[in-house]
Amino acid sequence: MTVFRFSKRQWFVLKLLVFMLCLWPFLSISWDAFNDALGADPIQRLHFVTGDWALRFLLISLTMSPLSQVFKLPLPIRFRRMLGLFSFFYASLHALVWLVLDQSLSLDNMLNELPESPYIILGFIAYLMLWPLALTSNIIAMRALGSKWHSLHRSVYVIAVVGLVHFFWLTKLDISEPLIYAAVLVLLLMFRWPLFKKKLV
Amino acid sequence: MLIKKLQRFTENEVTPKELYDNSRALISASRRQFLAQSSTVMLAAGLAPATLWASDELSSFHSNQSVLRSELTPYKYVTTYNNFYEFGTAKSDPAVKAQTLKTKPWHVSIEGEVGKPGVYDLEDILKRQSLEERIYRLRCVEAWSMVVPWVGFSLAAFIKQLEPTSKAKFVEFTTLHDPEQMPGQRGGSLKWPYVEGLRMDEAMNPLSLMATGLYGEQLPNQNGAPLRLVVPWKYGFKSIKSIVKIRFTETMPVTSWNQAASREYGFYANVNPQVSHPRWSQRRERVIGASLFNPKRNTEIFNGYADEVAHLYKGMNLKEFF
Repeated sequence: MTVFRFSKRQWFVLKLLVFMLCLWPFLSISWDAFNDALGADPIQRLHFVTGDWALRFLLISLTMSPLSQVFKLPLPIRFRRMLGLFSFFYASLHALVWLVLDQSLSLDNMLNELPESPYIILGFIAYLMLWPLALTSNIIAMRALGSKWHSLHRSVYVIAVVGLVHFFWLTKLDISEPLIYAAVLVLLLMFRWPLFKKKLV
Repeated sequence: MLIKKLQRFTENEVTPKELYDNSRALISASRRQFLAQSSTVMLAAGLAPATLWASDELSSFHSNQSVLRSELTPYKYVTTYNNFYEFGTAKSDPAVKAQTLKTKPWHVSIEGEVGKPGVYDLEDILKRQSLEERIYRLRCVEAWSMVVPWVGFSLAAFIKQLEPTSKAKFVEFTTLHDPEQMPGQRGGSLKWPYVEGLRMDEAMNPLSLMATGLYGEQLPNQNGAPLRLVVPWKYGFKSIKSIVKIRFTETMPVTSWNQAASREYGFYANVNPQVSHPRWSQRRERVIGASLFNPKRNTEIFNGYADEVAHLYKGMNLKEFF
């Protein structure tokens, strides 16, 4: 087994590349927004793109640890934090689109519509649960929390489930896209199951 | 035949498509300048909509019509943002995939409690109808809306010609069922064929329109060619597309969305901001083609057509009969 040894410079270039790749959906919709090219239903387009990528990055970040284990490579796990933070980034944009564009920041609108739209409440629960994870994703918090850090960050699986239910709930009829995400999540949970069980015993 | 009718209409009364396409931008730029520059055709259609209708019954919403003209959704979006699951569930699917639909020749079967049943050639039906333009707001159950200049004929006038019997309490409409032409029907997103229905008095309301065109031209396939229903006070899914069968019945028809999810989609499906969909609010709507920072529009009871249709539901609990 060859051990990967990157120089600092190589690491920087690699991380920058991945970073730009993760930023691409944001750059692409920003470009469209500034050029009035979001299409017939601009708010909906922004909702879907930001929501999709929040979920996708969450699932991608969750595959890093299994990948590292299966291929016995430390490389994927070193991108886990960045990917997780990108999920938080897109989820934040998703929430902002709702608050600013969909609700026009009107408390009246929100108070009227939230009780009638339970999937939005669920989405917000998932988003708020992401905050502690984002805030403790730095090395200082990791050291301070010690073993508690792992327990805290295991909530990411709950968040993924809540986020997915949010997606299923708002879908009118064709659930093929949320089903694909659900299948990925089930696979990831199956992979993680032995670890959970060990902890419980 | 269809083309001829539409052309005749276009020559006299309907704004040419080039003017339509520009109207939105021009009006927002400077309404006065626009009106000064536009042709007498546009003035006639835009400022004196009374010239469009011979019937006095429709005069009550002439002013509303002229207001809506300034809100027309661009042709590009009317014809590329469609819910027509027979061609796929994505909004962009119908514009791409509906080209396989063969709309000529087209036959409509008239059945049930009616004096003149039979299979009619669409061209023969159209010979007996007078086409007119009607600008309606279309409110989708998904909380978006657009404003479309339909061309069509009165459903009430058509029904009268068919001489329904006293037993006819409902009208049931059916879309073409042909997976060869409609690839979405190979999958099971809904139960095919698509069926919709109206109570007889709803069908006889002067607002109910059988559309054969929009923006002064023949209906594009993705918009439900060659013949579709438009009932503007109801959610869009009631306005069934590509109709091949009209059946008059004594009992309430079993309709597609109601069958798919009866808790979520009722038979009536009247636009009502006070009655939310079980999963989302119906209070406001996104305006198709609007800019990103345009606030959403407040949804109106009966989609703004309360004066014309509210009496149909007098005494009915609209929360129960949603």
